[in-house]
Amino acid sequence: MSAASARIPRRDFLKTSAAIGSGLCIAAYIPELAARTSENPPGSGAVFAPNAFVRIAPDDSVTVIANHSEMGQGIYTSLPMLLNEELEADWSKIKVEAAPVDAAYNHTVYGIQMTGGSTTTPSEWERFRKMGAMARLMLVDAAAQKWNVPASECSVEKGVVLHKASGRKAIYGSLVAAASQLTPPANIPLKDPKQFTLIGKPVRRLDTPSKTNGTAQFGLDVSLPGMLFALVARPPVFGGSVVSVDATEALKIKGVRAVERIPSGVAVIADRFWPAKLGREKLKITWDDGENANLSTSQLLADFSKQSASPGTVAKKTGDPSAALASAAKSITAEYDVPYLAHAMMEPLNCVVDLRADSCELWTGTQFETGDRASAARVAGLPPEKVKINTTLLGGGFGRRANVASDFVVEAVHVAKVAKAPVKVIWTREDDLAGGWYRPMWHDRFAAGLDASGNPIAWTHTIVGQSILTGTAFEPYGVKDGIDSASVEGAADLLYGIPNLQVDLHTPKIGVPVQWWRSVGHSHTGFSVESFFDEVAHAGGKDPCELRRTLLANQPRMLAVLNLVAEKGGWGKPLAPGRGRGIATHFSFDSYVAQVIEASVEKDGTVRVHRVVCAVDCGRTVNPDIVKAQMEGGIVFGLTAALKTEITLENGRVQQHNFYDYPMLRMFESPEIEVHIVPSEQNPTGVGEPSVPPVAPALTNAIFAVTGKRIRRLPIRASDLVAGSEAKS
Amino acid sequence: MTSFFLNGKSVNVDDDPSTPLLWVIRDSLGLTGTKFGCGMALCGACTVHLDGAAIRSCVAPLSRVAGKHVTTIEGLSSDLSHPLQRAWIEVDVPQCGYCQSGQIMSAAVLLKENPKPTDKDIDQAMSGNICRCGTYPRIRRAIHRAAELGVEKRTS
Repeated sequence: MSAASARIPRRDFLKTSAAIGSGLCIAAYIPELAARTSENPPGSGAVFAPNAFVRIAPDDSVTVIANHSEMGQGIYTSLPMLLNEELEADWSKIKVEAAPVDAAYNHTVYGIQMTGGSTTTPSEWERFRKMGAMARLMLVDAAAQKWNVPASECSVEKGVVLHKASGRKAIYGSLVAAASQLTPPANIPLKDPKQFTLIGKPVRRLDTPSKTNGTAQFGLDVSLPGMLFALVARPPVFGGSVVSVDATEALKIKGVRAVERIPSGVAVIADRFWPAKLGREKLKITWDDGENANLSTSQLLADFSKQSASPGTVAKKTGDPSAALASAAKSITAEYDVPYLAHAMMEPLNCVVDLRADSCELWTGTQFETGDRASAARVAGLPPEKVKINTTLLGGGFGRRANVASDFVVEAVHVAKVAKAPVKVIWTREDDLAGGWYRPMWHDRFAAGLDASGNPIAWTHTIVGQSILTGTAFEPYGVKDGIDSASVEGAADLLYGIPNLQVDLHTPKIGVPVQWWRSVGHSHTGFSVESFFDEVAHAGGKDPCELRRTLLANQPRMLAVLNLVAEKGGWGKPLAPGRGRGIATHFSFDSYVAQVIEASVEKDGTVRVHRVVCAVDCGRTVNPDIVKAQMEGGIVFGLTAALKTEITLENGRVQQHNFYDYPMLRMFESPEIEVHIVPSEQNPTGVGEPSVPPVAPALTNAIFAVTGKRIRRLPIRASDLVAGSEAKS
Repeated sequence: MTSFFLNGKSVNVDDDPSTPLLWVIRDSLGLTGTKFGCGMALCGACTVHLDGAAIRSCVAPLSRVAGKHVTTIEGLSSDLSHPLQRAWIEVDVPQCGYCQSGQIMSAAVLLKENPKPTDKDIDQAMSGNICRCGTYPRIRRAIHRAAELGVEKRTS
């Protein structure tokens, strides 16, 4: 991806998203209002395609072109809902198609075509409604001209234009040719939200039927005539390289066609997946482990802690925290650790490439079309416009499929160059877990000073962890004055009113590739900040919910979320014996979330999570059932991180292999989850990620409530909870 | 050459008999509803029925199914009419959807053997199936709902 193509990076979205709806972002996409792509030719009359986002055919079918990828977050339903709120077609006629790569489909804020940052709805909230309204206005005009009546006398019901005075009616499909001859209107008024009939309704997902009968097509399901399959043997240490390969035994496997060196390792190309896998097992490769051969996460833990003893580059400072700490009636300190984490989407990475002399076509579940196309073009030696990407459904993304280096796409094009046939490159689960691009390891050191009545008057927070954006095309936008905004989000923008505060950052350079992982920096600050806040409340003899209320007095939206979750979660009410209750709030992706968790700890240290109550204010909800599903999913995702998973390295080698040593939460461990949405008339904000950050602290705070043991590192270990470990303070 | 019945139809394949059934179904027979998630029978994405029992096709060699009946998600019903499919749609269970074929195939065996499962029964039958999107609460609801729909179907 070229730097020039990244107009506004992901991290700056937090700063700019407030602009959505204020007019600033509208200016960014007005030139695209009438944009059409090669797939949507103007004026052909065969279909009515007034803009890049909708197409109506003479058979009355309506195709909505989705410029964001469906990875489970429900946007193949919510984007059509936005568009059809204004188009007013018959909902049962709506189909969804993935957009090709084209500037017309760029994210309204980031300026590239991608899916991430919990921003699909905020990005498209206005544009998709405008695109639908444009089409409706033109269809009505076409009918009015045909009937020779004023358009103002016509109305629309479920895809039928009506002229009530004369009783005439025309279905949208019958107006395709006439509407195609019209010029798109310059002025496109939108409904008052009070008139919404679709937005705000729990409409069923359009993709569910195909996901219950096996017809949904993921990248892994793509098949081309003559297609070969490839697996790649990659270096066991990040940054390693191949010294020599002996492929003799691999080539003896029936079905193995070729073994070829490519920049990322050694590709085994075969007729099918299985012989490719068997062949890869037979390779004898001598690796040069390179400069990361001695990397170990236990050493990193010690290094991070040591580094955190001195303040880093200041990201945020208010008041005089040193003086306030020195004069405090009481002070406490604590250190927190979280590990590297893999995304572990259920569909392992894969990419199908059909590389020809003058073209390159890809099929893959990606979140990063603009970057992937530029990278594929570079490897193929073709101009970007000769590269076509077919975005399939994604079997989970969680950030992994928006890779700044387009790693899985670049590698697949390299394989295609040597395969000399269409080829599907498949990653195994082992490849996925050892493949890097993890959520960074982070260390957080806190100190807080309390006044004589137990209120916090000083708060310092030193963060140690790798930068996600440094070294990428996003660096110039997301890294300023040595601070990667992704490293301090959720910490430097603390909502609590604490008068003396400092947040600073150390950014070590480590040879492990890191990347955004569902909720990014918030995935560590949510845990550390909200757990330490609980420590502060207990140190001051305050109820943790009450202290939050006090310090959120000037944050009405978070306060409302907190009050709702406290009420629904029964804060302060009696509990079943042996259970504890924890509470946490977190603001991320412009949304406000609070959770109450009920948990118990068995004698052997096993944690049982019984109930999670979640309240969210994400602005106006497009589809409340999808919002609930995202909250539920984020909570299970957060519980897996809290209870189960870590990526560790010894001698530069990743120690985890498959779900037996990188375990996921399962059905029997999945708690009852209740989601409550705060009604709002504000513009929509993020939904896919914000429920993740509060999960771990709500759980560890519940564990503290019932056991008196404070968990300061994730994942939670039974050994930290068995009798004899740290007693209640 | 190995012969078996796939969704009621006789099929012949010349894959090596040690090839996992998953890859035979997907790559040689072109039915892609059955998914690859781990290759070690740890995640359940590849669950199919072998003579009515749920198996993990990623570790079942082709030789094991010779002459037997294999049912995949595509063979559960031709028209989304299976109570589990109806319940899955009613509850809107799937998010990314990748694991759901396996979830439904596991649940189908549960309901056949136990038409009115309790939460504990569901925990036991479904804990071999991972959902990274976290749809477990909805899967539970949908299985209970499918049990109701199944009763309606039998009594109507």
